Order: sequence, then C-alpha cells, then structure tokens
Amino acid sequence: MKSDPVVTLALALQHGLSEEEYERILQILGRTPTYPELGVFSVMWSEHCSYKNSIAELKTLPRSGGRMLAEAGAENAGLVDIGHGLAVAFKIESHNHPCAVEPYQGAATGVGGIMRDIFTMGARPIASLDSLHFGSLSIARNRYLLDGVVRGIGDYGNCLGIPTVAGEVIFHHGYSQNPIINCMAVGVVNKDRIASAVAKGEGNTVIIFGSRTGRDGIHGATFASEEISEESESKRSSVQVGDPFAEKLLLEATLELVRSDALIGIQDMGAAGITCSSSEMAAHGKSGIEIDLDKVPLREEGMSAYEILLSESQERMLTVVKKGYEGEAERILDHWELLHERLGHVTIDGMMRVSHQGEVVCEIPANELALGGGAPVYHRQAKRPMSLDQTNIMNLDPYRQDRDWNVALLELLASPNICDKSWVTQQYDSTVRTNTVLGPGGDAALLRVKGTSLGLAMTTDCNPKFVYLNPRRGAALAVAEAARNISCTGATPIAITNCLNFGNPYKPESFYFFKEAVAGMGEACRIFDTPVTGGNVSFYNESEESMILPTPVIGMLGILENLELRVNSYFQHEGDRIILFGMTGADLGGSEYLYHLHNTLAGDAPPLDLEVELRTQICLREAISRGWIRSAHDCSEGGLAVALVECCILNRKSLIGAAISLGESRLHAADQLFAESASRVILSVDPKHLGEVMALAAESKIPAAEIGKIGSDRIIIGPWVDLEVEKAAYTFYNALPKLLKSAISAE
Amino acid sequence: MLVKIVITPKPEILDPQGKAVAGALKDLGYDEVSDVKVGKYIILKLSPSPGLKLEERVDEMCRRLLANINVESYTVEILEG
Amino acid sequence: MRFGIVVFPGSNCDYDCYWGLKNDLGFQVSFLWHRQRSFEDIDCIILPGGFSYGDYLRSGAIARFSPIMEAVLKHARKGSPIIGICNGFQILTEVGLLPGALLRNESLRFIHRPVHLRIEQQDSKFTKGYSVNRTIELPIAHGDGRYFASQHILTELENEGRILFRYSSPEGRLTAAGNPNGSINNIAGICNSEGNVMGLMPHPERRLNASVGGTDGRPLFMSVAEAFA
Repeated sequence: MKSDPVVTLALALQHGLSEEEYERILQILGRTPTYPELGVFSVMWSEHCSYKNSIAELKTLPRSGGRMLAEAGAENAGLVDIGHGLAVAFKIESHNHPCAVEPYQGAATGVGGIMRDIFTMGARPIASLDSLHFGSLSIARNRYLLDGVVRGIGDYGNCLGIPTVAGEVIFHHGYSQNPIINCMAVGVVNKDRIASAVAKGEGNTVIIFGSRTGRDGIHGATFASEEISEESESKRSSVQVGDPFAEKLLLEATLELVRSDALIGIQDMGAAGITCSSSEMAAHGKSGIEIDLDKVPLREEGMSAYEILLSESQERMLTVVKKGYEGEAERILDHWELLHERLGHVTIDGMMRVSHQGEVVCEIPANELALGGGAPVYHRQAKRPMSLDQTNIMNLDPYRQDRDWNVALLELLASPNICDKSWVTQQYDSTVRTNTVLGPGGDAALLRVKGTSLGLAMTTDCNPKFVYLNPRRGAALAVAEAARNISCTGATPIAITNCLNFGNPYKPESFYFFKEAVAGMGEACRIFDTPVTGGNVSFYNESEESMILPTPVIGMLGILENLELRVNSYFQHEGDRIILFGMTGADLGGSEYLYHLHNTLAGDAPPLDLEVELRTQICLREAISRGWIRSAHDCSEGGLAVALVECCILNRKSLIGAAISLGESRLHAADQLFAESASRVILSVDPKHLGEVMALAAESKIPAAEIGKIGSDRIIIGPWVDLEVEKAAYTFYNALPKLLKSAISAE
Repeated sequence: MLVKIVITPKPEILDPQGKAVAGALKDLGYDEVSDVKVGKYIILKLSPSPGLKLEERVDEMCRRLLANINVESYTVEILEG
Repeated sequence: MRFGIVVFPGSNCDYDCYWGLKNDLGFQVSFLWHRQRSFEDIDCIILPGGFSYGDYLRSGAIARFSPIMEAVLKHARKGSPIIGICNGFQILTEVGLLPGALLRNESLRFIHRPVHLRIEQQDSKFTKGYSVNRTIELPIAHGDGRYFASQHILTELENEGRILFRYSSPEGRLTAAGNPNGSINNIAGICNSEGNVMGLMPHPERRLNASVGGTDGRPLFMSVAEAFA
C-alpha cells in the first residue's frame, strides 16, 4: 500500500482549507494532523457540512415555535407535530453539483440521500417533491441534463416505492452550466418512536450496515463547495452511484430497528460518509466514539484509512445499539438480507478515535468537527450590485404596446416555464402508497394520512426571477406563494424547509443576494407562522461563463384537519361564478410575459403586503372550510390570463370555458392579463354562495371582485382574449414534447 | 476462468433501444448502419467443478436465469485463464 | 376470503394491497415473506407490484426463484386463485404460470398515468363483477409493461378467451393512442387456461377508495372473492 503523504500547509490548502483554518487544526490537536485527519477536517469544515459561510445568516430565521418538535439543525430533518400522536419529518436538499457532472446518478443519489434523512428519524417516507432548474432547452446539453435528471429521480423513487407528488421545473439561461436540482422528502412517524442521530452510553456498540464501502464519491462534500469548471468535469469519479433496491431494504430494516429495544441512535451516511456520521453522532451525544476501519465491509481491495473515512458510497447507515442487544439488531438486519459489522463502541472521552491496521490514524475531539461545535463561522461581506438599480427602474412601457393578445396568451401557454409538465411527471410514480389525493399539476399536492381524517399539503416554490430583481422581496414572495398554494387546497401552512442555491459567498455581490433573501424569508415566515425547520445551502453555483439566478427554494408543509373539506384547482360546474381575490397592478417586472415574449428580465419584483397576503389566505381557507368554494387556484407565473386558462383546462378529462370581464381599470391590457401581482387567487363558487364569499372578503378587508362565469367552450377575457378551450389546452399540453422533439430534429 | 455471455433480443422482437440507437447513428451520418440490437453482456468468474461439464452448466444458467428464452437469445464464450 | 400477499425484497405495492383489501373491502389479509416455503389458510395469493430484487437482471427474473414460489406453484395446481399485479405479472410470466413476456415500454420510459381498459371477458372469475361493454380506469406505473407473445400463443389466448383486459380509448376502441406501452394486441391482462391465475400490468389496488382516484379496482377483487368462495 502507498504510504500517506506528509501533511503540510500546502496540502491543507489543496484540500480547500484556509491558512487560518489549518492553524486552528494545529491548535486543536496540539500537533500536525495525520493525512486521514486532514481529510476529516477538510470535509467536516467544508461549506456543505459546516455551513460556515451561511450559518450566521441562517440563525436570523425563525427556527422554533409553532408545531415544531426539534429545533432546526438538531436532527437530520425538521420535525413537526400534526396531532393524532403523529409527527412529520421533512427536508429539502440540493444535489446540484453531482447533477451537473452526471445527471442520472446525481439526481438518483439526491433522492436516495434525502430519503435516508427522513427514515433515519424513524419516519416512513410518504412523498417526494423536486424543484428542478435548467438552462434553455434549445441547447442539447440542457436537454441531456433534463432527461438524465428526470430518469434518475424517477428510477430511484419509483423503485423505492415513494410517490413523487409535486415540484416544479423552471428554465432560464443562467442555469445552463449549473442545473439546480433540489429534492424534498416527507415522512410520517409516531411521536413516541422518533429516532435520534446520537451516540451515547459508554460501551454501547457501533454497527455499520448496508452497502459496501468503495472509492466512490471521495471528497463529494468538498466538490460541492467549489465552482464548476472543466476540472470538475474530470472529477466524475467522485460521483456516487445509487442502488434504490438496497435503499428499500435499508428503509425497512431501519424502521424495524427503530421499533426494537436495541436502538440508541442512528445516522445515515451521506456527505463525508463514516467521518460525518460518527463524529456528528458523538458530538450530539456529548460522547466519544471508537471505530476500527478494518471491520468496514469494502468493495475494493487495498483502500487506505483516508479513503474509507471519506468514501461517500451510498445506501449505508451507522447505528448505535445497546450493549447486549446486538443480536436483536443483527437479526433484523439479517432478515432484510443486509450486510452488517460491529465497528466499535461509544466512549466518554469525547474523542473520535479511528484505528486502521492496528494503528490509531485519527484522534480528534468530535465536537470540534461538528456544526455548532468547533467548525468555523464566517461573516461574509455583502454588496449590492450596481447594475441592479438600473434594472429595477427600467421603463417597461415599450413592452405594453398593443398586440394580438390571443397570440400572446397562446405563446405564453407554450412557454416551458408555464406549459404542462406531464412529460416529466408521468415518468414518476405519483400514486404508489395510495395516499395521493391531489397529485402533480395543481397548486399543492395533498395526501391522506391513513387512519386519520388528516390531509397533508405540500409544495415547493420559488420564482427566481423575482429573487434576482429584489432578493429580499423575492424570497418573501416565494414563501407567500408557497403558503398560497397550500391554502388553495384548503390546508393551513405549518412549517417550511428551504434549499438556498446561490453563487460564490466570497464574492460580496453574490453574497448580497443570499443575505437579503434570508432576511426576506425570515420576515415572511414570521407572518405566516411557518418556522424554518431546516434545509440546505448550496453555494458556488456559478461557472466561468454564467451564474444562476439566486434560487431560495421553499418547501412548505400544510395541514388540513378534515380531508373531505378540500378543493381542486380547476373549474367544476357550468354556471358557477368566478371571483378574484387580490388586486392586479402594473407589475410586469420579472414576469414570464417579459421573459418569454420579450427576452427581458427587468423591473422590480411585484409589491407584497404580507398582512394582506395573510388575510387573503385566512379568508380563502375559511371560505373553503365552510364549503362555499368549488375551486381555488393561485395566480402567479403568466398572470391572470394564464391562471384563468389553467382553471379551464387543468382537468384534462373535462375542459370547460369561461367568460371574464375585468371591469373598468386604468391598467394597460398587458398588465391586466400578464402582470404577476402577488396575493391573488381565482375562485369558483356556486352562485348561491356568491354573496357569502364576497361578504367574508369584505369582512376580512381584502380586495375581491366577481369577474365572470363558467361555461361554453371558449375562454373570453373581454375585450382582449377570445380562444377555443380546446386550442388553449392543445397548446398547453403539447408544448413540452414538441419543444423536445423539434430541438432534437433541428440538430 | 472467465465466461462471457452476450444476451440480445430475438430478431422478431421489437427492440426499442436498438431502434433508438440506430436512429441516432443514422442522424450522425453513419448510413452504413442497417440494424442495431442492444442487449446485455455478462461476465462470470468461476472455477469449474470436476465431473460437471462447464458448457452444459453455463447453458443451464442462461436458460434458467440469465436469459428469458421466450424473447432473448444468447451466446456463450469460455475464456481460459 | 383470505388474501395472502407475497413480499419479496423490493416489493413496494404490498402494503397498498394490504391496506385496501382490509380497510376498503373488509377482507382478511396477511403478508407472506418470500423465504416461507409454505402457507396455510390462504385462499387467494397476490404477487404485488414493485421492483423485486431491483429488477436488476430482468423484471421478475430473480423473484421467481424465491423459496415461496414452490408453494405458489402448488397453489396454482390446486386451482386456487393467484393475482399478479405489475411486477407480480412479470414474475408469473417468468415462472411460467402465464405465457409471454413483459418487455421495455416502447417509449423506453417509465410511465405512470391512468389508462382506460376494456373488459374483454364477462364470465372470467376475475372480471364477472364488471358490467358489460364498459371501460374502466386504472393507473399504470411501469417501465417494462409491453406484453409480447408469439403468434401461436396469441391465437391460443384469443381463441380461449384468456385476454381479460385491453388498453383502449375512453370509449373502448382499441387504438394505438390508447395503448401506453406498445403491448401486442393492446393486451393489459391475461389468465391461464384453467382460469385461476391472472396477471395484469395496471394497478387495481390503487382504485379501491373514492378519495384516492376512484373505485374501479373493487369489482376485480369482489369477483375473485365470489368466484372462489
């Protein structure tokens, strides 16, 4: 075997550590680290594991209260109480960098990783959601990425048997080199069966189980903390391969283990593998841990201690079981035909002590490695980019000129950001586990919780164009839209998880977006009483040529006490009246109309009054719970015109027309139809409840107007739009397949 | 000892993967390609048991498990070493 | 009627069958682990959907060698009912209880969506609960669902009335558009010549409750319960 290289400052710098961090390591250890120790510090103090550049900002978010059971960051995923003795574990995580290099495996292991975060807590995963962002489909590489990512998500989730119930697919040229792939998972657990990622109790036994450890993914966490370049393309070896079949066995075995008397703590192995799981569990339990790497089942011969410690081979778990109960745990693992080995035991000296071939190769105080312990915390500089002011005040009037609004609407319906995404969602099983009441394509997904009357609503949302124009308000708008989507099913928002995708934090103009977005998100979450239960930060989403739009994805959870009191997003009955909650303003800034029809991203994000937004949603839910509402649909991308068409055609089996009249207004047609003003919802009601709904709106002090009636086979928005429903539906449903086909044959 | 097994769809079975690859090769200008079959390639590492005929054993493995003989055909190559 | 649901490593529709048969239809249901070599007091065996052994070699190819399959074959020979759904159908063809094979979807993609099915036989033990000349809607969720069989097997299936479900348009016409995966003769489900072993690709167990998609799957299980009571 090759001997380990000599550790020097130069080698530390190569590992992505700073000089200051290296000094700190020398101080902690009182000696030069061994090569494996250097590797351990470099991954544990990477942005991915330590959040060193983001944690100071994240701490400003509301991170407790409401129905939260565990404080953000304390466990693998956020945990909220949903009553009936149950809790929900949920979390969203990015897999951007692996997907940029190898989309299929990158996405598959993204799903696998987030699922493990959920079942590690003893929760059975019940749903998965994906927020995907790609560059333009006219570029072959982006189509390859889309295809690979969708297959990867599908193959993994489908095989595992967890339905993919919602999400979004967004296109903008800024994502060309840096696709943003965020996966969210939701699980349900009995409140008295929650497992913890903890190692405690001297002498208790540490067991590894699941797949063998190979050389794949070494330094994945460090890799995720760098910009993408040609060099990283050649780092393909650090992409891990997923095995959903192994994950399924891991899932069942873990849940059984959690129900047994043997379990003390359990943690999955994701980024930084054995290193991360063992040191975090020890730090969490205020204990030490001693493990022998010679016991780790390996896939390849001759692996060094460094490689074993840092391997990110997938589908592995680390558990601590009570001394004397090892046999019980091992019987469960044998039943599920999983490989397992006793690696070591828990100590009380607080050290993470690792031996290999009879020698101690790593001896570090566990707490020094962990988030909230010795890992560094930095306050980065933020500076508003000069160009933003000009963008914000740009005169948008030239884009308001009169045109054929029917044509404009049809073009928008065919925009990849607006059109139907069945091409994607049909590759996902969205109904396995038979809980899916409302699946992909509506405002939020809604799942039943078997054995209760409860419905769980969930969604992911973010309009990155708004965040780019105005990060603070854009992030607040993302929270508001997520909450609106949840409310449109009848459910009440209870908590969020977030995935913060930004550029290089060391560039002040890039960090500005992060800092502002976190502030805006915090403001909105306080208003909606939806604490941030956890999430993930992904920096460095930029390349030599391009930077992504800042993309703080919100994953939100809502609860509906009585599942029977839910509504759909589409129009149901001829003769029903259509009501618009909210006001349309001259808000073309950041709209899909500007982007898709005029290739422009300019202006400011639409104004947002959080109090009005909150009152609107409360009023909406109240009206739904009284049974007055037949459908409710959020009005967002593409504006009122697109939302109205969606209400008419989202039920593909039963298209229906509508006649709308928006009344007197000084607004230009472009704004009336396509402005993306916030806090708007389109409702349909039985005429007999019209008065009650309008009265409730007045009482709630929110703007509301009766704008039309359902019926016929045309969509009329007088005096600008008059379309056959069939034609609108055809355009909406065929756009994406057409786009993918025509782009391929054009090459 | 190494045994290499190649499994391909039978000629009469529609092979959508083969069709897709053939189309892609044509698009790239390889007009000489008239047909493509996409199958599986399996490598077995084994030590032959005395008294058992290796060819027969491998053939049995193919028929019982490795190939679905209703829709797939296979060829076996035995390499010494 | 007592249903036994076989659980292979990688099965993932096992619990859906269990929950629906028990709670929506009120049957007695139990799980059977694939390592069991026998089972008692089971009237109808269900091989559920999923990805047994990851479907890594061929869908269903490894599961057919599970220890329990000997007992399943014995159950079939006794004339007792067996239902294979999705991966279960694939296993039944691999083990030879049903003819033909299930190949990659023509689109080469996994497809999940509701499909329309035309009930082809009114008098089979699996379909007698459905009314004449109507179509039903069930979801499919598979990557390998393209039914294929040689010409002589097809002739036999057609002549003996063993094709129970075909993919169709909502009105019941056998169109290419109504055929999601390229199955030959639009075949979605068949039975053996004795009429006690049935396999289908769509998922009837996902249509047992009105709040999660509808109840078009109910008559199938009710038919079996009645026919084999």
